[in-house]
Amino acid sequence: MSNDDILLQVEDLTTSFRIDEQFYPANDHINLDVYENEIVAIVGESGCGKSAFGHSIMGMHHQEQTKISGKIHFKGVDLLSYSNTQLNKVRGKEISMIFQDPLTALNPLMIVGKQIEEGMKYHTKLSKNKRKQKAIEILNEVKIPQPERVYSQYPHELSGGMRQRIVIAIAIACEPSLIIADEPTTALDVTIQARIIDLLKELKRRMKTSIILITHDLGVVSEMADRIAVMYAGEFVEIGEVKRFLKNPLHPYSKSLLYSLPSKNNQGEKLHVIKGVVPSLNHLQRQGCRFKPRMNGTDDSIHEETPTLREVEKGHWVRCTCYKHFHIENSHQVVEEEKDDVFQGQ
Amino acid sequence: MWKFVVRRILIMIPQLVVLSILVFILAKVMPGDALSGLVETPGVDSSTIEDMRTTLGINDPVHVQYLNWIKGLSQGDLGTSYIHQRPVLELLEARLWNTVYLSAAILFLTYLIAIPLGITAGRFHDSLIDKLIVGYNYITYATPLFIFALLMLFVFGFQLQWFPTGGSADINLEPGTFSYYMDKIYHLLLPALSGALLATVGTIQYLRNEIIDTKMKDFIKTAKSKGVPEAKIYSHHILRNSFLPIAAFLGYEITGLITGSIFLESIFSYPGIGQLFLQSISQRDFSVVTALVMVTGVATLIGTLLSDIILSLVDPRIRVE
Amino acid sequence: MTFFKVNNLKVYYPIRGGIFRRVVNHVKAVDNINFELKRGETYALVGESGCGKTTTGRTVVGLTKATSGEVIFNNLDLTKCNRKQIRESRREIQMVFQDPYSSLNPKKTVYDIVAEPLRNFENLSKSEEREQVEYFMQKVGMSRDSLFKYPHQFSGGQRQRVGIARALTLKPKIIIADEPVSALDASVQAQVLNFMQDIQEEFGLTYLFISHDLGIVRHMCNRIGIMYKGKFVEEGTREDIYENPQHIYTRRLIASIPELDTDQHQNSELLRKNIEEEYQKENDKYFNEDGSVMDLKPVSDTHFAALR
Repeated sequence: MSNDDILLQVEDLTTSFRIDEQFYPANDHINLDVYENEIVAIVGESGCGKSAFGHSIMGMHHQEQTKISGKIHFKGVDLLSYSNTQLNKVRGKEISMIFQDPLTALNPLMIVGKQIEEGMKYHTKLSKNKRKQKAIEILNEVKIPQPERVYSQYPHELSGGMRQRIVIAIAIACEPSLIIADEPTTALDVTIQARIIDLLKELKRRMKTSIILITHDLGVVSEMADRIAVMYAGEFVEIGEVKRFLKNPLHPYSKSLLYSLPSKNNQGEKLHVIKGVVPSLNHLQRQGCRFKPRMNGTDDSIHEETPTLREVEKGHWVRCTCYKHFHIENSHQVVEEEKDDVFQGQ
Repeated sequence: MWKFVVRRILIMIPQLVVLSILVFILAKVMPGDALSGLVETPGVDSSTIEDMRTTLGINDPVHVQYLNWIKGLSQGDLGTSYIHQRPVLELLEARLWNTVYLSAAILFLTYLIAIPLGITAGRFHDSLIDKLIVGYNYITYATPLFIFALLMLFVFGFQLQWFPTGGSADINLEPGTFSYYMDKIYHLLLPALSGALLATVGTIQYLRNEIIDTKMKDFIKTAKSKGVPEAKIYSHHILRNSFLPIAAFLGYEITGLITGSIFLESIFSYPGIGQLFLQSISQRDFSVVTALVMVTGVATLIGTLLSDIILSLVDPRIRVE
Repeated sequence: MTFFKVNNLKVYYPIRGGIFRRVVNHVKAVDNINFELKRGETYALVGESGCGKTTTGRTVVGLTKATSGEVIFNNLDLTKCNRKQIRESRREIQMVFQDPYSSLNPKKTVYDIVAEPLRNFENLSKSEEREQVEYFMQKVGMSRDSLFKYPHQFSGGQRQRVGIARALTLKPKIIIADEPVSALDASVQAQVLNFMQDIQEEFGLTYLFISHDLGIVRHMCNRIGIMYKGKFVEEGTREDIYENPQHIYTRRLIASIPELDTDQHQNSELLRKNIEEEYQKENDKYFNEDGSVMDLKPVSDTHFAALR
């Protein structure tokens, strides 16, 4: 991957939300590159800021309740400098979104065909008939049986899996180059989830679209994504290739997450538990390593004072130095005592 | 669709039966009858009154009276007014239409005022304009109709003399002519406006809340993420969904209009059924009162029927079996 | 003596149609199922939404009425015995719900929530009650100063533990856990699962674990019943189900679990494709003509599958 392939470049993005007259950063100075034709997963627990990130790219936040700074370069322009009207030319055409709950993401009073066509109305010059034709083609593409019939059905007449296919159809209607999928399979049954994952992968292969996959489910990440960015308390703590990450996660938070999952290997054993709770936005300690309070009694010296993301291997970035001293054995955390090998940087 | 409507209409049959029984019982338990007032009249002895009661059927057993009444109802016979000595139906006919016109005018004006205000308040909620509209709502909600109507009548009718202060049309005009209808509308305007200004509360508040709710819905995010401009998001997605409860409210609204018309018609001396209702109660003309309550009840039922049919037209989810 | 047994349980809901809303058919939410819980085990009911697993759980605790069949506990049929007997049995079967955000009354303190079953069933003095509540709150790992807080002041995992504390106060023998962790984040999920295993040992609990998540079920449960359209398609021990699944539906479910090991992806994708093909082609091997599930046939002593 070279710099020429970069589709989206997020630079120093800070998104703050208003809580009781004060603004708190849900994304705190974050950086991320998304390359062409790849799936990047943004992983974290509820409240970590992963959805806020996706919404920032699309300019979906409520303007009075949010402050955004930084840069979001997309195909040579900074989306943050765009007005709402200018953004409307990008939304749906260049970047589109898939939402979690197919039940609520569709307008209950509009036939699904019209909902798929709606974007084309604003982004293309297609005639009414052509739009309908295209909508039916897309229904076909997301593998909906009898697309002509489904075209004029209402959302409540379709099953959950079908509805999610409609949501995907809406997202790909104008063949965008980037899709932000916010928990696209969380509300679905497992067998349907598997099929939606396969569908998204196939669409990505065929349409050469990049996908930002926002999820809490490492299983889905493993099945779909090329790269992963783990988010904790508004910051990325680890970014890397999924394959390498799953075999050898580095940051204590990534490790803990992975070990807290039940799997074939830890059957009958206790699962790893992270101490404490995810700090809420307005109670967040913004100084130093944000994960420190959740690592059992670690020495200050293993953490950096102002932790930064560092590339420790090619394409594998980790925040803070504490990862060098954190291990999990039989799901129990082991923190090595600080020795003299103070991290010296690259 | 037709199945839904047929079923919905069939449901009205037991409703009507229950309504008629209730109305009949209410009429029977009211103290005195049209002849009680004659008891002390010199020259009328009690046996004469008793005879009159028998001829009028007041002495029959209750169920016989009920069945007779129902029989009459089904043939369009609403009974005879004891006071006016005319069939109730005749009495009602002219006035009923006046009330229908007045109610329709109030409903029309209410929506004309409330819908733009509700939409504005919902769309720009928490802004200054929203606060003004909500303030207006509080004031109209707290204002009693009979005081407000009197005030309107005093200011616009008597002081400024912009509007007529009574009646439903100039008696010198030929019914059916253009100027006759214009005059009818002219007579309607002040009472209708008085009623409508206060009736807007419910609709504004519902619409405002519904729009604020709908704005937050996921499918609005979907629309935004498609690149739909904000104005179109409102016209294509938010408004239609927000109008659902307004449609559901229509039946209730109609009941409110009829109750409201009792005050309005009396204050503006507008010859409608509301005015007749008050007169009949004070004169114990119970056959008229019963008929009016029955008519009001039926109007309410028709209102809810209309609500349900409108809802089923706009909301596809209700249509399914 | 059997500890707990469900015999031929059916829960039907009428479908009404036509102008007069006559009953034209039934939704067979639970259609003639049988299973047994052995003391101290964790039995899983697994299936996708609408398969009837939640209805089964709710019927067992008495939240839903059975159309027919028996629920035997303490040698009593809970579907038929009198109010007093039911009340006594209810003490011993408690339920933990899926959504810790809506299953706790937001207007009550945690203390009142946990004490409520005690107040309903036992006549305790104020100090005894307090002692009991504190004991169970401590058991679920909640501190003393959280007693007089309200549910909204806690995280999802903490709320779920309050829900479990409430279920524990009457010292039940069986806990029906309906998707107890599916609303929780991964790290919190681990916490609650570990903790459920701890209290199971300590209090000798038997779990009926209702879940759609086969990964968690493999971790938690000894025996598993797979449900589809209100019926069992397969029942067996953990090994039977995961190592030797017989029914196409079970195989499909297992193949759908997202694989963490990226080296296995090619295989699992292929496996999914093959199963999907078989599912389309050899449907008649696994289902009756009308699409319904066949009756269970023994595969081994512990293993049953709905095959022809």
